[in-house]
Amino acid sequence: MPAPFDKNDDSVVVVIGTGAGGGVLSNELAQKGVSVVALEAGGRYLPDDYTNDEWESFGQLAWTDPRSTSGDWRVAKDFSGLPAWIVKAVGGSTVHWAGASLRFQEHEWKAATTYGTVQGANLLDWPIDAAEMDPWYTKAENKLGVTRTGGRAGLPGSNNFKVFEAGAKKLGYKEVHTGRMAINSADSDERTACQQTGFCFQGCKWGAKWSSAYTDIPRGEATGNLEVREKAHVVRIEHDKSGKVTGVVYQDADGNQHIQKARVVCVAGNSIESPRLLLNSASSMFPDGLGNSSGQVGRNYMRHMTGSVYAVFDKPVRMWRGTTMAGIISDEARHDPTRGFVGGYEMETLSLGIPFMAAFLDPGGWGREFTTALDAYENMAGMWLVGEDMPRETNRITLNQDVKDKFGLPAPNVHFDDHPNDIAMRTHAYKRGIAVYEAVGATRVFPTPPYPSTHNLGTNRMSANPRDGVVNKWGQSHDVKNLFVSDGSQFTTGAAENPTLTIVALAIRQADHLARELGKGHL
Amino acid sequence: MAMLKDVRDLTRRELLSHGAKLGLTAFVVGPTFVAAGDAAWATEVKHLKPETMATLIQMARDIYPHDRIADEFYATAVKTYDSEGNAAMIEAGVAALNAAAVGAGFPSYVGTGWERDRVDILRSMEKTPFFQTIRGGLVTGLYNQKAVWPVFGYEGESFSKGGYIDRGFDDINWL
Repeated sequence: MPAPFDKNDDSVVVVIGTGAGGGVLSNELAQKGVSVVALEAGGRYLPDDYTNDEWESFGQLAWTDPRSTSGDWRVAKDFSGLPAWIVKAVGGSTVHWAGASLRFQEHEWKAATTYGTVQGANLLDWPIDAAEMDPWYTKAENKLGVTRTGGRAGLPGSNNFKVFEAGAKKLGYKEVHTGRMAINSADSDERTACQQTGFCFQGCKWGAKWSSAYTDIPRGEATGNLEVREKAHVVRIEHDKSGKVTGVVYQDADGNQHIQKARVVCVAGNSIESPRLLLNSASSMFPDGLGNSSGQVGRNYMRHMTGSVYAVFDKPVRMWRGTTMAGIISDEARHDPTRGFVGGYEMETLSLGIPFMAAFLDPGGWGREFTTALDAYENMAGMWLVGEDMPRETNRITLNQDVKDKFGLPAPNVHFDDHPNDIAMRTHAYKRGIAVYEAVGATRVFPTPPYPSTHNLGTNRMSANPRDGVVNKWGQSHDVKNLFVSDGSQFTTGAAENPTLTIVALAIRQADHLARELGKGHL
Repeated sequence: MAMLKDVRDLTRRELLSHGAKLGLTAFVVGPTFVAAGDAAWATEVKHLKPETMATLIQMARDIYPHDRIADEFYATAVKTYDSEGNAAMIEAGVAALNAAAVGAGFPSYVGTGWERDRVDILRSMEKTPFFQTIRGGLVTGLYNQKAVWPVFGYEGESFSKGGYIDRGFDDINWL
């Protein structure tokens, strides 16, 4: 059973957030005998609680605290108060994620070197590389039970996949399959095989999809070394006169404020809340925000180049039946500047139910152009486009003093302008996605604009030189040695791939490092 | 559908007499009722004028026209505006809509016979907060009604049926 720790116990590691980064880190540390208090802003929902209903589930799980937007990105126009579609619950966005688990390509660790100078982009090489990450990726794949790795079979192809695959093959694409998914193709690790239910984004009621909510978190708690406090929203990190962090201030569900002392603090609140917390923790010693001597906290916000293509056929597809995203074309993921942009993109099957399709197919659209599309829903196939976007210093999370959350703290503003490279890539991706469906007889196609961001990255980035970023190659603050960042905000660049596997691999690696350093008395 | 009142006890004749006046599929029954032409349903209005509710229903259909979805579902989608807090805004918006129709040479919005003419009127008001409020509300108000999903073929919840692993997740046969 989870042993409760005293709030004055300053020997514990405090982890803020329980998703792919914080949830995995907490369990990995607990397994190594490290005492951990994980503070989770949301409540705890398990497979029995999840619902096969898009809006009801959104109400249950989504992070809907006040946020504002600015910049020329389409999301700021269509969803001005909802820049990101992420989860506020134990397990974080691993409850909602699709399960796509892809390693970075080797060159993507070295984007600055590979792509050269890109005007208006703040590219930087990661201080780690593919060889360094290989064993951690293997551990992550085994933890998540990723299909098509470690001898695990792929998922079977759904109707939506079959349309996608047939089109891809007609175009001559070679790397086409049902994906490397953290969704069981056979019963494994106390999780059942996928039952092709759909509603992967609403939390998997079978537990076939990996989520830290019902794997790492309870396993960590079972060691007696991990205490998860739910509905504990951290509002500030505190430090002493020497500049070391000493604990965190959090609000409980009843609005009461508490202080939890800590030996080490690890921030894993996703790429909007993590930099916001550091900025809201400014003090006379750290006037620009905690750990922000570089000025890079909150900057280089990335959200992946995204878009979707839906297509209507003369016969039924029924894309909602089966796994939401089990299909990939990787041929366009390569770096090939002859296409007019650097980096690459993946094409991945996707389906939405009628309620979300109405909201996302063409936000703001109305009239028969819109409704005849929905009338053809049964004959529709869909894919998501996801590629590397360019880090820019001006794309950033800042504190909006005019918008306050329920604790009275400034809400985050998410500013994003598409880089010309993002636009060129999206244009290319729409053309290729449309071509896939037209190759198998699509009668109508829809190049659908980006949804609120699910992949939020880069706002506390890793850098070899403290001048260029917020954390070092271990995710450790350049400025505050017992402060770590453990989520996707430490990404130096975004690569083309869905980020969760890399976040998990980095968390396993960070836990190993932290336990070793704690054992040596270095922290 | 608690908000919809069955009015089969109202005489069909009475319904038709009111409906004929307005030339609508959904029409005003009496001082506080709007009903379907076939008397299958009706909705009671408490804060809006019945004519206003009838206009809203027509506007909702013109914004998201699905010919296989009955008026009853559009009525449900806009019923939420029949509240004390919304009434003034809605009455003003509908008045503006009617003024635009009159300006275009029609007797009223619902008295505009062709959908294309009504859509032109809506297009001229597309940027107004009133139009955007009604349109935005319909996205969930209409499409999140479980009862309309079968019209689109959408099957909704599937966990209780064991998912689609044995129910056609890969049954496509035309590729």
